[in-house]
Amino acid sequence: MAKETKQHRSWVEGPVVEAEILAAGLDTEARRRAIADADAGGPGGTEYVPPRKPFSFGRWFRATGWRHIVGIVMVVFALFPIVFVVSSSLNPQGTLTGSNALFSKIGLESYVRILTDPQVPFTQWFANTIVIAGITAVGTVFLGALAAYSFSRMRFTGRRVGLVSIVIVQMFPQMLAVVAIFLLMSAISDWFPAIGLNTHIGLIMVYLGGALGVNTFLMYGFFNTIPASIDEAAKIDGAGHARIFFTIILRLAAPILAVVALLSFIFSVNEFAVASVILIDTEKQTLAVGLTKLVSNPRYADWSAFSAGAVMAMLPVVALFLWLQKYIVGGLTAGAVK
Amino acid sequence: MTTTIDEDVTAETPQKPTNRQRRAANIADAASGGLKMILLKIVMLAILDAIAVYAVFVLVMNNQWLVAAVVAVVAAAVNWIYFSRRKLPAKYLTPGLIFLVLFQVFVLVYTGYIAFTNYGTGHNGSKEQAVSSLMASSLQRVEDSPAYPVTVVDRAGTLGLLVTDPDGDALIGTNDTPLDEVDAEFDGEKAVAVDGWTTLQFADVIARTDEITELAVPVSDDPNDGALRTPDGSSAYQYVSTLEYDEASGTMTDVTTGTVYSDIGTGAFTSDDGEELLPGWQITVGFDNFVRAVTDPRLAQPLVYVTLWTFAFALISVASTFFLGLFLAIVFNDVRMRGRRYYRVLMILPYAIPSFLSALIWAGMMNESFGFINQVLLGGAEIPWLTDPWVAKFSVLLVNLWLGFPYMFLVCMGALQSIPDELQEAATVDGAKPWAVFRLIKLPLLLVTVAPLLIASFAFNFNNFNTIYMLTDGGPRDSNAPIPVGFTDILITMVYKVAFTGQSRDYGLASAYSIIIFIIVAVIAVIAFRRTKTLEELN
Repeated sequence: MAKETKQHRSWVEGPVVEAEILAAGLDTEARRRAIADADAGGPGGTEYVPPRKPFSFGRWFRATGWRHIVGIVMVVFALFPIVFVVSSSLNPQGTLTGSNALFSKIGLESYVRILTDPQVPFTQWFANTIVIAGITAVGTVFLGALAAYSFSRMRFTGRRVGLVSIVIVQMFPQMLAVVAIFLLMSAISDWFPAIGLNTHIGLIMVYLGGALGVNTFLMYGFFNTIPASIDEAAKIDGAGHARIFFTIILRLAAPILAVVALLSFIFSVNEFAVASVILIDTEKQTLAVGLTKLVSNPRYADWSAFSAGAVMAMLPVVALFLWLQKYIVGGLTAGAVK
Repeated sequence: MTTTIDEDVTAETPQKPTNRQRRAANIADAASGGLKMILLKIVMLAILDAIAVYAVFVLVMNNQWLVAAVVAVVAAAVNWIYFSRRKLPAKYLTPGLIFLVLFQVFVLVYTGYIAFTNYGTGHNGSKEQAVSSLMASSLQRVEDSPAYPVTVVDRAGTLGLLVTDPDGDALIGTNDTPLDEVDAEFDGEKAVAVDGWTTLQFADVIARTDEITELAVPVSDDPNDGALRTPDGSSAYQYVSTLEYDEASGTMTDVTTGTVYSDIGTGAFTSDDGEELLPGWQITVGFDNFVRAVTDPRLAQPLVYVTLWTFAFALISVASTFFLGLFLAIVFNDVRMRGRRYYRVLMILPYAIPSFLSALIWAGMMNESFGFINQVLLGGAEIPWLTDPWVAKFSVLLVNLWLGFPYMFLVCMGALQSIPDELQEAATVDGAKPWAVFRLIKLPLLLVTVAPLLIASFAFNFNNFNTIYMLTDGGPRDSNAPIPVGFTDILITMVYKVAFTGQSRDYGLASAYSIIIFIIVAVIAVIAFRRTKTLEELN
């Protein structure tokens, strides 16, 4: 971010200097307020406001107060489904109707129900999701970083073609080929049941197929910002390409690796279409597949048990997201979309 | 990055290294890797080769010569790449490329192939499989069949019948392998055990009754000879099919009615009056699926409204999330406001929650008769949020706005903050009104950063499976259409539903729809790349 700002500054050097000269005549405090008023859409952008004026509600409201109202409205909009699901997860009764009176009853019965119901292997789903998404994330980072390193640091025939094809391939999500993926996997399971339909390895392999397209480019851009002189210094000191990659580039690129791993993790947690056709047995499924089937008819489903499951399922992802927020926001502007 | 050197890597000389340089690089590589790395490499390659050899062996056993050849060639290429002293880029690219080619490129090509077949329920095997399956499904007991004493046996989960024929010989067979003579142990007149098979005890026979009564062991290789079936696990009777297959003319004849079903090239035996015997088999049908999708009015109409809705959904979603996100970014991009951090964290929560869960929660809240929105917020209103074609479209957009605005908020906030304050100050001093400052200075600068993300967001929403599938399941369903399609379905959910839900699966038609999406996305991609010049800037 900081670098970007600096860049912008350098374009606009001329006008900035000019503006500062022009503004020099004005009292700085007044100027700040004038700009603030103008920004707030208030009248009299150039009116001189004497300092130490007693607190005025109108002025406060025009400057920042209305912003708080927008903020509160948006927070209510953003949070009310979350409040609803937390409330219904604490409701010991099962049905959707019973969940409507928010926080009328508090109990952990629903959590116990979903964790112990023999028909609903929730803990198994949870473990499957973590394993599948975790391995996919690690594999994605590794495969993507290898490819990005070669594109960023080596010059070879077909390099540009390779880069262009990766950019093009990433426009076509794997989901488009869900039918072919299913048929391919069922053909594979005729010969090698251990990696075919209804196996976690099979699903992870499919996800890894999508890894290169989406993430290589993100990492390629970041690797390019690591000065090649570092590699050269290492090379002179006797390091080979593998050592440079594992001990220098990967260390320096840690932030982007974290972003790619997290985005890949969230993607796999969310993925339904492919997972639902590959994982057939209930106890092999992921949270997305299992929970969706659980409430396929919300009227008859045990809604508070689902809510309890949903709360438990969202907690790790939300925690991870908020923890790595800073990095993700950087990665988002580089082209990842949820 | 704290370094100040911003050396462009393209500045490296692209000339081929001299022999000396190459030798030096090799020495450096050898010095850095050490023995351990070489050993690790050899072990990894050995494991890989062992797997490849096993795979080729299994494939050859299954007569999959082409696939076996591909596996062998890929394995050889991998060995060559990693043992070679050169091929450095290939060493880094190969692992990812193998997955990419198999699970992204190949499957897209394969989708193209399936779109030209009649693959689906009733057409998912070869003609031979269809013949034996038809014969097996129309078996009828021969009236005067003798009772063959049988013993049910099991080998690795596969059930077989150990039959004693009237001559006193023991024969064994399963669903897939016809009866064949074996040496068996006899208990009196009846064969009771055979090497390599486990004889099922009475309790097992009871437990697996369903499987046992389903058994139909062909008498010989010729399907017209019929099969042996046992209703009780102790004696079997001969069954013959009411269908008779004539291999020479390729026709099926129903011996009870005398109807002749012939292979007329549609992938199923069809009688003169158009009645089809299913299962049929898989054939290529040319452009049939595409022609059917656009000319059959019952299919063409859904295709048109689904396509229009897909565009509308993607466009409105991008526009609504972008404008709300931009508005919020402007509102909260004011240093004087207190508590901005808290608003920010609370507002991005919808983005942090896995979207499938959010959509399911919204589906519960929007339930017409029991949902929170109707019952509590609107005091018992009966608004059909998810069950009326138009209201459901609105609900989908509303939920997608909820899901997507935090992303646009974050993106716009970042973009706005990277616009220097001095620009605004300069404009204000020059007498520009706030709206003019925004429209003429901030918005253009912002769009430069955000435009590629808007295109990406459009592409994402074009295939936003989760929101649609979890919230409305594409519903309300269009009861006029012969395929499971509804009024909020987008193209990708229609593909999924045609292929995997509903009474019959139609992989061919679903793949044809996939190809249509593929073409639309390709056109969008071309336009996007032309506009942004992404491809030209690659180096």
